[in-house]
Amino acid sequence: MPTSFMPSATDLLRFSPELILTVAGTLLMVLDPLFAERYRKLFGHLSIAALLLALFGALEAQTVTGLSFSNLLIVDGFATFFRVLVCTIGILAVLLSYRFLDRELAETGEYHALLLFCVAGQCLMAASNDLIMIFIGLEISSIATYILAGYLRNDKRNNEAALKYFLLGSFATAFFLYGVAIIYGITGTTKLDEIRNVLTQPGMQFGGVAIAAGLMIVGLGFKVSGAPFQMWAPDVYQGAPAPVSVFMATGPKAAAFAVFLRIFMTSFLQISSDWEPLIWMSALLSMTIGNFAALTQNNLKRMMAYSAIAHAGYILVAFASRSEGGTAAVMFYLAAYALMNIGVFAVIIHIEGKGERHLRIEDLAGLGQRQPVTAALLTVFLLSLIGVPLTGGFFGKFYIFRAALQANLVWLTVLGLLNSAVAAYYYLRLMVLMYMHEPGEVTNSLEPLSAGLRAALILPAIGTFILGILPGAILNFARSSAVFSK
Amino acid sequence: MNLLDLVIAVPAIGFIVTLLIPRAMEQAIRVITLVFSLVAFLLSLALAIGFQKGQPGQQFVTDFIWIQSPEIHYHVGLDGLSLWLVVLSAFLTPIAILLSWNSIQKQSKEFFALLLLLEFGLVGVFAAWDLFLFYVFWEVVLVPMYLLVGIWGHDRRIYAAVKFFLFTMAGSVLMLAAIIFLYNQAGTFDYTVVLQKLQSGAISLSHTQETFLFLAFFLAFAIKVPIFPLHTWLPDAHVEAPTAGSVMLASLMLKMGTYGLVRFCLPMFPVASRENAPWIVILAIIGIVYGALVAMVQPNMKKLVAYSSVSHLGFVVLGVFSFTQMGLDGAVYQMLNHGISTGALFLLVGFMYERRHSLAIADFGGVATVAPWLATMFLITTLASIGLPMLNNFIGEFLVLQGAAQANFTWSVFAALGVILSACYMLWLYQRVFFGEVGEGVKQHMPDLRVREWACVIPLIVMMVWMGIYTQTFLRPVSDTDAQILGNTPVHAQISAPAGSVMTGGNIHAH
Repeated sequence: MPTSFMPSATDLLRFSPELILTVAGTLLMVLDPLFAERYRKLFGHLSIAALLLALFGALEAQTVTGLSFSNLLIVDGFATFFRVLVCTIGILAVLLSYRFLDRELAETGEYHALLLFCVAGQCLMAASNDLIMIFIGLEISSIATYILAGYLRNDKRNNEAALKYFLLGSFATAFFLYGVAIIYGITGTTKLDEIRNVLTQPGMQFGGVAIAAGLMIVGLGFKVSGAPFQMWAPDVYQGAPAPVSVFMATGPKAAAFAVFLRIFMTSFLQISSDWEPLIWMSALLSMTIGNFAALTQNNLKRMMAYSAIAHAGYILVAFASRSEGGTAAVMFYLAAYALMNIGVFAVIIHIEGKGERHLRIEDLAGLGQRQPVTAALLTVFLLSLIGVPLTGGFFGKFYIFRAALQANLVWLTVLGLLNSAVAAYYYLRLMVLMYMHEPGEVTNSLEPLSAGLRAALILPAIGTFILGILPGAILNFARSSAVFSK
Repeated sequence: MNLLDLVIAVPAIGFIVTLLIPRAMEQAIRVITLVFSLVAFLLSLALAIGFQKGQPGQQFVTDFIWIQSPEIHYHVGLDGLSLWLVVLSAFLTPIAILLSWNSIQKQSKEFFALLLLLEFGLVGVFAAWDLFLFYVFWEVVLVPMYLLVGIWGHDRRIYAAVKFFLFTMAGSVLMLAAIIFLYNQAGTFDYTVVLQKLQSGAISLSHTQETFLFLAFFLAFAIKVPIFPLHTWLPDAHVEAPTAGSVMLASLMLKMGTYGLVRFCLPMFPVASRENAPWIVILAIIGIVYGALVAMVQPNMKKLVAYSSVSHLGFVVLGVFSFTQMGLDGAVYQMLNHGISTGALFLLVGFMYERRHSLAIADFGGVATVAPWLATMFLITTLASIGLPMLNNFIGEFLVLQGAAQANFTWSVFAALGVILSACYMLWLYQRVFFGEVGEGVKQHMPDLRVREWACVIPLIVMMVWMGIYTQTFLRPVSDTDAQILGNTPVHAQISAPAGSVMTGGNIHAH
């Protein structure tokens, strides 16, 4: 390792997504007061450009895989997959935000800057090889999300969401940090690969390590909204602005799973039989609580929040299988889930109206008659969430349960699949309302889809079909990058 | 790309084309969907003609890799078992489109497009030779049917549609688990390879494993058939569905269940199939008698026909689990028969509903006086349905009863009750609806069959007679495949088929 303070060009390339996003975010903050009201739309365009550039940077970085910055940063297929995923989620979130911010008269540079910082933090989490780096990425991402959750500062629900998320989130982060401290105490290092090397030495005692792993499960379990640490999710997702809710349910969750996988499948693989039951329990609880609670919800955002908990449960099933196949399944499912969730929220943002008034599920009534294309696209996403073949959600579930069966988690698989049959009910309710009821007040006075929302519906729909009909390319990449460097 | 691929592709292309036509061009939508379904039907006829008889294996095979890893094949083909079910699907879809010509006014574009999507799924289910592909088509069928019932159905349509979806979904997720489990053992989804590995012992399942896998598949199929006591979704779905939906549901979708039993349960899990046969047969016989008794007391025509389906399909299950050549031949033949005759019943009931806007038997009476041709067609269908010789159901039920008698004589005694009861409820229905005093409502609203309706009914009547008289056309390929399937399920100690059962299969052709 060179001891020079100047990073090499390769290091910079490996770090380029974070660099681009941070610079662009800062730039947006500076530009904010300089822009007249009517040019504010440009902020969105600029952040999309920055995210595209970061995405391109992430792909370029893949050509120079390896460790950087004194082994703090690692660029491998796994990191690239998640960097590309979170940047894509960021782009789609911006597309969703245009209409929302326009309607709420809240278009500012600050919003987009926070979003970019958030994505930068997530990219960093995906590419960290060090617990402290992971913590920094986690905090960058989390703090930006806390603020975004309360973005409309005059809205009570936003304030409540932000406060809850902040208090509980900091609490959870503290757990994570405590785990890091214990690990450092035992192994004398915070680098993931070095921790593994220490732990694989003969004669290690694992008591303290298991406690540390447990604490980290608490911290990360909170971030991925896995039961029993899911309490915050319904309130926060319901209270936060819709584009932020969907972003929280996809981006930070994907990054948290990336970290979860990287830590537990490298450092803690040695003691995997200790943590597997915890993940197993959490998976089952998340699926069951999420699905059964979602059955009775009448608020679209709240229902999707419980659905997010259930889907976190499915992902944890793959996690519990502790295999490369399981890791690949997690990656695939996160991509598929992000697409379908964003699609559903695009429709929610479309119908909710100013001040997010129309969020009852009955407000979807008759959408199939009034706006058949929107309804058809929403149907695609709902079918994908149910897990009907030819959609990404189906293959996602398929890979998850396949990995679980390979790991002999037969009962978890059966319970998970039965859970997905339960879940069909509440997604079907939306389809029933859209197609089988007469149009109501909301759908009758619906404006046509705005350009941003149209893009945020059509792109995920295409993605959902690609993942559902030709999943080979993505899956092969996930499989090849699910192998952590030994 | 062979003929079979075309039969699968044409409805799918038709579905997409229909969706692209502007909503306002309603008549064009109807014509185009009809044309697509007719093309698919003609192509399927070519399949039937080109089918090599006397060869039990698959024909018209296309096999290429759809997804690399896990290796999933697009593997389709036909054997004697699937051939006629594919033809039946392609045969009934144009009829379903034609019969909905005027009755569907609301969102007609989606309706006709969904019928084509349904056809695509059905043909795919019967043609798939890859377990994964089979599951995909199996689920593809679910969505259009759910929407057909839920959007264009009657008053309680939403309840019925959701119930239908959830029942089927609950069964099929367990089948998915079983399919994945088999894949993890065999390393492939290809049905022929999995089967071969199971038979050669390359994959050895423990007794418990085999039983659980059998039950997972069986449950999915039993819900679809439906086998008593899992039948409760069926009357709801049938009564609430639009006529075309009822026809497709009764004639084709229920066959997915029985087809699955014959195709997958029997050959893949021979020991578990035979071990579990006794209680399954008992459920089947309960279904036969119970379905018939409940049908007898229905005040609603559609519900009556729906319960008669429960009864008729009990025969199919009985035949399958008799493990005799005759029983299995009869079961498969009965699938086709039921498709034709119950399809026709639903269609005629639908015509009467369009006229009278009621399904209650009490609202009819004396229809034969005002609409003699309608009455005649209904009579032929009724007679076919109750198993009159020279019409199709007779052959199927006779074979099933004979097969069941070979396995266990008591079974056929109880099952034969169903034949008698079916005569009771159908003839009683006929008497109440078509004879008696002509009510005011019937007199005013009951014109006789129109040209379009004739076009729907005649093909079905022709098939009833053809299948009842010249069994050879249909039963030969079926028997060949059945013999192969039975050969694959070696006789277990508990239930023994007569040694000469394959030979007796040959005698049947004398009918």
